[in-house]
Amino acid sequence: MSTLSVGQAREAGTAAGGLYGVVAQFGTVEDVLHAAERVRAAGYTRTDAYTPFPIEGLDEALGMQPTRLGWVVLGAGLLGGLGGFFMQWWANTQYYPLVIGGKPFNSWPNWIVIMYECTILAAAFTAGLFMIFRNGMPRAYHPIFNTPGFENATRDKFYVCIRSDDPRFDLRQTTAFLASLGPERVVEVEA
Amino acid sequence: MAVVTGKRPFVETNRVIGPGQSFGKIDDTVLTPVLLGVQQTPRWWWIGFGISLAFLAMYLVSIVVLITNGIGIFGNNIPVAWAMPIINFVWWIGIGHAGTLISAALLLFRQPWRTTINRFAEAMTIFAVVCAGLYPILHLGRPWVFYWLLPYPNTFGLFPQFRSPLDWDLFAIGTYASVSVLFWFIGLIPDLASLRDRAPTPFQRMLYSVLCLGWTGSAKEWQRYQRAYLLLAALSFPLVLSVHSTIAMDFAVAQLPGWNNTIMPPYFVAGAVFAGFAMVLILAVPLRRAFGLENLITMRHLDNSAKLMLATGMIVVYGYLIEIFIAWYSGVEFERYMIFNRLFGPHAQFFWALILCNFVAIQPLWFRRVRQSPLALFVISVIVSIGMWLERFVIIVVSLTRDFLPSSWGDYISTFWDWALYIGSLGLFSTLFFLFIRLLPSIATAETKETAHHYEHEKVDPFEDVRERYYAEVNA
Repeated sequence: MSTLSVGQAREAGTAAGGLYGVVAQFGTVEDVLHAAERVRAAGYTRTDAYTPFPIEGLDEALGMQPTRLGWVVLGAGLLGGLGGFFMQWWANTQYYPLVIGGKPFNSWPNWIVIMYECTILAAAFTAGLFMIFRNGMPRAYHPIFNTPGFENATRDKFYVCIRSDDPRFDLRQTTAFLASLGPERVVEVEA
Repeated sequence: MAVVTGKRPFVETNRVIGPGQSFGKIDDTVLTPVLLGVQQTPRWWWIGFGISLAFLAMYLVSIVVLITNGIGIFGNNIPVAWAMPIINFVWWIGIGHAGTLISAALLLFRQPWRTTINRFAEAMTIFAVVCAGLYPILHLGRPWVFYWLLPYPNTFGLFPQFRSPLDWDLFAIGTYASVSVLFWFIGLIPDLASLRDRAPTPFQRMLYSVLCLGWTGSAKEWQRYQRAYLLLAALSFPLVLSVHSTIAMDFAVAQLPGWNNTIMPPYFVAGAVFAGFAMVLILAVPLRRAFGLENLITMRHLDNSAKLMLATGMIVVYGYLIEIFIAWYSGVEFERYMIFNRLFGPHAQFFWALILCNFVAIQPLWFRRVRQSPLALFVISVIVSIGMWLERFVIIVVSLTRDFLPSSWGDYISTFWDWALYIGSLGLFSTLFFLFIRLLPSIATAETKETAHHYEHEKVDPFEDVRERYYAEVNA
């Protein structure tokens, strides 16, 4: 295990600026899950973990709230379906009523397919765009990319970050705490 | 590495992921071919891409001829007003359905074997939908005013006919195409980030940085990502069923004998999945060999796809039988004549060829040895693709040639441009697919790593223990 200071990190070619946080690198899923639980138990709240694939329970281990995405998607789907109904109802009964096949103007069973497709369309795009925008994407810069070797976060390494704006953050203590969790290395990362 | 006992060789690659895969190794296997420089592009890729481009050129020429001359260059006319453009449209869109089914349905059913084949199957879906979607637009006659189909405030004061299945089709396919692209792109984001981090040149790094939208892979990002992905799967699964059901209703709502059947929607969906899995196998067999992916797209994947192909194929065969039975049972003379005409009429050879392709040719799939032979699967899948084309031909053209009054009967002869546009659309599909396998990872690496992790720790595969015991016994 090695510990890099901000100065060494700067020599490693990372950007200059204030301190973003302290990042510990782990080699296995078990280590990072264990570390996340310890970080939460120690009372840190402004934390995050970076992994190459989703790890079940990691968000809970860090004490994250569940995402509200599902509720938003439900609402969007209902709105989409109602919008689809209203579009057809308005066109066929208000805007241009026309007798077709002897059916009533408000022949709603004929409209189910389009209502359904509008529901799916609205719900699916809400799910996708909510995920992208709530995650702050598209983003051009993130301080975590200053972590030396962070390209392995999409390969086979796992990272836990404690941000410097955490109320319990103290550079020396936090670094020592992360170093006690059995990481491969601990790095101070600039903003 | 095969352990042979008696007739059945028990192959080591009967696993979701081949042995000895580390996270880094999965990355290297999948991402290295994508990041190669232009000079290092393998020769087979250039040859395949070149041939595809030639067919794409034929497609573009056909479109130019079509737009300058009008749809009179096609063979369809009264009474066969719907012919090759609709056959090919239904054929293409059906092929697309297997991709969504693999990525959505198998995710919801927690099938671990989906992870290595979902990416290219989704790409296949999108490209097939592109080929399919262009057909109705080109068949409009005046494709440049295709936007008249959309409900928008216009100076005509008109709206589309919302009571018509053809308009439902527009909504179904529009939704399907856009949701498929979204689902595919969301799935690609973590892999694009991997490519960004692995890119050897500044240009590639910039390209993939922009495409991945700045993904960091944080726990919060993954949390929202997974929820969004799961919901997209849950929304896509019924969407697939609705799309092909709607296409089936284009026919079923009409009065024509041979079209007016209540079985059409489920039977069309089964046929679509059948054709789709055939195309998945047609693409998977060469792909795994060309990129050396045998440890990721294993015999297990081929075997399972073949089983699904067999199951959906038999549902389709059941559909053929039920059509015949209902025609007789209904007592309607036009229905009975339609079946007689289909089985023994002047175009009967197409029906029997279809039975040969879609029923007889898939029977070897009952045997494990056939399901585990890539060459046999490839050949059977090509036959099935032809069979599914013939099925649409029989339903659409043969039914239309002889409907109610003999005085209004007619015949159909396809033209050169019918075929040029169809074969050209195959070129469009393969051009897009060659570009895809060269520029984007054809296997979802993040998901594969997750599966590999589960596999290692939780024995996702319920038969893994059985197999290990078997190996232990054989080796003892």
